[in-house]
Formats: sequence, C-alpha cells, structure tokens
Amino acid sequence: MNLRQMQVDQAGTIVSVKAVGELGRRIRDMGLIPGKEIKVQGRAPLKDPVSLRIMGFTLTLRNNEADHIEVEVQ
Amino acid sequence: MSTAIVLAGNPNSGKTTLFNELTGARQHVGNYPGVTVEKKQGTCSSDFGKLSIVDLPGTYSLTAYSLEEVVARDFLVNENPSMVVDIVDASNLERNLYLTVQFMEMGLPVTIALNMMDVAEKREIKIDIEKLSELLNVPVVPINARSGKGKKELLKTITSHVSGMVESLRISYGRDIDSALDKMEEMIQVFGFLTAKYRARWVAIKYFENDSQITELGKKEDQKVDLQLEGVVQKVTDHLSVTLDTHPEGMIADHRYGFIHSVLKQGVISYAQDRNRLQLSDKIDKVVTNQFLGPIIMVAIIMGLYKFTFSYSEIPIGWFENFFGWVGGIADSALPDGLLKSLVISGIIDGVGGVLGFVPLIMFMFLGIAFFEDSGYLARMAFMLDRVFRMFGLHGSSVMAFIVSGGIAGGCAVPGVMAARTLKSPKERLATLLTVPFMNCGAKLPVFALLVAAFFAENEAIVMLLITLISWIGALLVARLLRSTIIKGEATPFVMELPPYRLPTIKGILIHTWERTWQYIKKAGTVILGVSIILWAMMTFPGLDETKTQEFENRRSTITSIVSSKILGELDILEKDNLSANALAVKESLTQVDFDEAHAGLKNSIAGRIGSFFEGITKFAGFDWRTNIALVGGFAAKEVVVSTLGTAYSIGEVDPEETTSLSDKLKAADGWGPLTAFSLILFTIFYAPCFVTVVCIAKEAGSWKWAGFSVVFNTVLAFGVSVLFYQIGSIVF
Repeated sequence: MNLRQMQVDQAGTIVSVKAVGELGRRIRDMGLIPGKEIKVQGRAPLKDPVSLRIMGFTLTLRNNEADHIEVEVQ
Repeated sequence: MSTAIVLAGNPNSGKTTLFNELTGARQHVGNYPGVTVEKKQGTCSSDFGKLSIVDLPGTYSLTAYSLEEVVARDFLVNENPSMVVDIVDASNLERNLYLTVQFMEMGLPVTIALNMMDVAEKREIKIDIEKLSELLNVPVVPINARSGKGKKELLKTITSHVSGMVESLRISYGRDIDSALDKMEEMIQVFGFLTAKYRARWVAIKYFENDSQITELGKKEDQKVDLQLEGVVQKVTDHLSVTLDTHPEGMIADHRYGFIHSVLKQGVISYAQDRNRLQLSDKIDKVVTNQFLGPIIMVAIIMGLYKFTFSYSEIPIGWFENFFGWVGGIADSALPDGLLKSLVISGIIDGVGGVLGFVPLIMFMFLGIAFFEDSGYLARMAFMLDRVFRMFGLHGSSVMAFIVSGGIAGGCAVPGVMAARTLKSPKERLATLLTVPFMNCGAKLPVFALLVAAFFAENEAIVMLLITLISWIGALLVARLLRSTIIKGEATPFVMELPPYRLPTIKGILIHTWERTWQYIKKAGTVILGVSIILWAMMTFPGLDETKTQEFENRRSTITSIVSSKILGELDILEKDNLSANALAVKESLTQVDFDEAHAGLKNSIAGRIGSFFEGITKFAGFDWRTNIALVGGFAAKEVVVSTLGTAYSIGEVDPEETTSLSDKLKAADGWGPLTAFSLILFTIFYAPCFVTVVCIAKEAGSWKWAGFSVVFNTVLAFGVSVLFYQIGSIVF
C-alpha cells in the first residue's frame, strides 16, 4: 500500500522508496528506508502533510512525497 | 596554543545548548564566507588549556543538497579540526548515528557526546556506553547539555584524544558497490584525483551518491578520470537497476543504516517498551495539531505573542522615546538655530532614535519566537499551515515571518524579515523575505487610520479588514509569481522532524534574543544612520532662497507691527493656554506663517522637487506632489507619511497618533476623495519597504541586489495597482 493511503494509527513496514535526487536523499537520511517500521501518527488540519513515527521519533512528510513510499501494512 | 574543536550534530540534539554551556558569553556570531549560514564561534577554557569551538549548523546528513550541509562539510575538510564533538541524542540514537558514521567515513577524529540520557531513561531505553564506544572505536561521553553534567568529563576526553585525521571507517555497501569502490579507490590514488583534500574512497562513495559538489570538482580536476569514474558508476547503476530494482544512492543509505543497526543490535541498546509508544509529546500533539482544536489554539497562541510583544514592549519603547526626546531637548537648547541643529535633531537623533526605538519591540518579539522555536511549537505551526503556503510556492515555516511582519495588523517587517531565518530552504526563504513587507506593520496603521477616518468613516471596520485581506492576497500572489519566475525551482521537501516538546532553557533564549537584537543595533549605528541623514538632507536642501525667506519675515513683521506692545510682551512670557484672546489670534497667525514657510521649504527641497517631478506620472494614481513627498518620507518609516502630509498641507508636523486636523484638511482639499484615499492605501500596502527593512533584507538575503529589487519591484507594483484602481474607479464611480 502507498503511504498516502494509510490511515491515522495504522502501522506497517516500508517495502520500497522510489524517490531519487534531493527528495530521495532527504527521505533516506531520516531513516525512511526499506525494512523500517512506521506508524502514521496524524495529519495536519488540511489532511496534508502527514506525521509519522519511525525509530522512536516523529517525522512529517507531504502527501506528494509520501507517494514515493510503499508500505506493507500489518 | 588553542585547540580547534568542532561541535556537530542533528538539529534538536541539544548542540546549541551544549555550545552555550561550554562557551557562555564568550561567543561570536558571524556568517560563513559568502553565504547566509550562521557561524558561531566561541572559546572555552578548561583545565587542559584553551579550546576554540565552532558550532557547525545542525544537519542530519552531509550531502551537497542543503546549504548547511555543504557549509559543514567544507568547513570540516578545509579546517582539519583536532576533534569533531558529535552531539548525539540518546533517545534517538539510531538516526543520530547516521551523521556520526558519515564523519567517520571522512576519516575525522570523532568524540560522541551522548546527550539526553535522562530522556532515554524515562523511555526505558538502556544504552551500554562502553560497548558503543568499543564497537565504533570512538570515545563516548554521556552528558546533559542542559544541566552541564558531564561537561568536565567531556572536555577531558576531547583533550586526551585530539589528533589529526584518523583511519576512515569502511562500511560494506554490498558486493557490487564494494568491488567497484575498490577499483575506483585505486584509480583515484594513482591519479592523485582530488586527494589533496579528500580521502580516495570517500570521493568514490560520493561519485556513487551522485554528489554534485564533488563531481563538479572532479570535472575541473581531471576530465579523463572523472569520465572513467562515471563509467564505473554507470555500469553498477545499470546492473543494480536490473538485478535488484534499486540504485546506488539507495543502497548506500540502506547499508549505512544497516551498519548502525548491526552495531546497536550487539547489545548496545535495549528497549523495555515499544519504541513507537505515545510519549507525552505525542499526546500533546493529538490536541495541538487536531483538525479543529489545532487552528484555534494556533490563533490563540499568535494573539498571545502579539499581546506579549506589543503591550510589554510599549513600556521600554516609552523609555527610549523619552530618552531621545530628552537628548533632542538638550540639543535644542544647546545648539544655535540653523542647519547644524536641524541635522542633529531631525537627521541624527530622530533617525537613530526612531530605529533604536524598535529595539525593545525586536527583543520582545524574538524572546517570543525563540520560545516557540526552542519549545518545538514552531515546527507544529509549519506542519499545520504548510498546505496553504505551499500553494503559493512558500513553505510551512514561512508562517512566523508573515505573522510577525503584520499578518495580523500591527507587526513589524524588521523582526519579520529576521524571523525568516528559521526557514532552511533557500528559495522559499527568499520568496518569504521579499513578500513579508506587504503585511500591515504597525507603522502603516496610522496612515490607514488617517485615510479611513477621513473618507470611509461609516465603514471603518470593513475597510480595515479589506486592507488586511488585500495585503495577504497580494503577498501570496507575488510569492507565487516570484516562485514561478525569478526564484523558480522545485519545492523543498517537507521531510521535517517534529521534535519532542521541551521547556526551553532561559540561557538559550536569552542568548538567542540578544544575538538578533545586537545584530540589529549594529546596523542602526552604520547604514541606517547614513540613510537617515540622506533623507533629512533631501527634505531640507536646498531650502528657501533669501527673497523667499525675506517674504516670510515681512509677513511676520506685518503681523507684529499692528499689535500693541502689551500683547507682544504677553507672547514672550506666557504659555499658550494663558494667552488672552487677542494674543492667541496673533500667535496663531504667526504659527501659520511658520507652517507656510515649512511648506514652501519642503516644496523647494530635493524631495519636493522629486515629488513635483513625478506628479506628471503619479497623477494617474491620483497623487499630487504633496502626496509624493509624503511617500518619499515614508521610506524612512511609514508613519512619516502622515507627519509629512501635515507639513505639505501647511498645518505643521502632525502627530501620527492624533490626526483629526489632518483628516479634516484632506477632506476639504482639492483632488481628494475616497478614490484617491483608497489608491493611496493600496500604494502604502505595496510600495518599497522602509529602509530599515531594506537593510535587513540585504543582510538576510546575503546581497544588496535583492534589497534593491524589493525597493524597485514593490514600488512599480504599488504604482501599477494604484493606477489600475484609480483609473477603473474614475470610470465606474
């Protein structure tokens, strides 16, 4: 499933990160890499960006950035 | 001799807190050469000698994408520090070590300062410090940056481990990349390709990571080697994409994290509870960023900031005003009438006083902003508003700059422009810098109040609301325009950490506030004083010629020659309130002569000539030469528009707080009506920022080019909007 489609409080494991270039680098630098477990923590009042929990900290991501991340939902 | 130490680490890892703890007041803030990234330096005396400490910008990684990262990397490469003290957040170990590993791959001597052990303990995270140190082969010292605990031990460890470059850490990136790296490393060694500065293997890794800074250097160094290296990279890239459906950049990041994970798994860290369990901070977020409550709380907090800043700063601003009034009074009685006196009082004291009058406002504003920034709330505001700002090519973090500048009427663009510093993305930041001056700052309000009271008295509230809306819409549309033309470029990703809420340290907030305030004061002493004198000269010179002056003298003597000596005596000794009716009438006629003389002088001044010169064009927007002069004066500070209009309409200087006489005058004056008034309101919203703001834009954007742009572009835009409105309005109404 795509990260954009995940509901709040849903958890899963990252399968792939397709982004390249700057966005890809930033995503990976923050630890969003295959095999990591994430949990959707919340969404901004306008439904975008999304905040998620990974490796014990909270990260925000715009929906069009989340599009690049595939997740296997538990 | 002092030893050069570098503090590095992730944002929010407590790096600045440790820096403040180590250096105290012995610090100096500047910029890295040629860029607007802040460079903080300080010294720290320890039992082991004097240490000179540089606080590198906080980064998550060392790529060539962000300015901060490039600056940090260049500094490390060029300055060869004796020790890199890497501040690592113990409660967030895995991600923080990602940067550590990159330092080690560069072959830098690293000491890990393991911060926030208390937070980790609270979350029942156990860390085996010795094991971590042993596995990474670097010293690890637990510290508490806030309380200063572990500081001594840290200094001892640093000084006993200082060294030059050390053996680079070699991580396996998988068989394909590893064997290619070996080959490339050899090639790089043989040709001495970039090895004067960088380690061979590191250069090879950067080629795989497609790091633009290094590959560009490589092309300049030796095109042949560069091509060969690119060839190897391309081959592996193709191979990986076919066999594993991935690319080297991804593989490298995966393996770095893999390396960290394997270190941590060897008994370094253990969790007694689920790592993604909701912490207090997350529970607060459930409320504070809630769909309905979030925006309400945000508005309440912004109002609180305004209330705090503007009501409490009023008192010290009053002291400043009184002080400069007092100094002006001394100058008034000490100096003989004439040009020197006028220069000292109207040029220097009023100019610098007006600028320093902002100081308390800026201090309070930054005290508030520093609190929100350090506590973590600013990141939440950016998170909630990003969707809106992004539509216009801005970033969620632009919000603070807009609000401080007067997004809710009554801010000030000076701290607003300075608040744009919290934006890390250069393009969005520039667009923010250039558009925040459209907001309705406190100095534009007297102008609006005057015009609204005179021409829209029945609909005051609606017109004021309309003004606020117009300035927001204008600012956002201009931002969109700039971002799709001269500041074009992809939106910077919003991959941002929401740091846990923390109570800011008083020391941190005070240092932060003082830094910004001091930078502002330094400006007031130099550029701003110069501009203030130029503006004064423009409104004073060349003055009236002798025949004209004589004419006014004659008018005065005509008035005084026909009144009795008793009344003249009365005028000499009594205050205005105690004068008899006759004497009062005489006094008023004399004052009118003064006003007329000031009016004639202003009209004849350089500013007046500019005003008259432009009348030919500005009449399309409905402005005559008087309005033009007032607008020139408004470049000093927007409220000067009001006082200059007063002089131009021969009613003396008008106190911006008390404008009834001027509104009556304007209502009766030729060429004034609601149309002209609203045209002037539009012009005031959009035209050139006051020069204090312009100076700040130059500083924050890193070039006078952008400051000049904002003056010219804004004025042209304002003129266009006003003319359009006035011309269409003239047809319709």
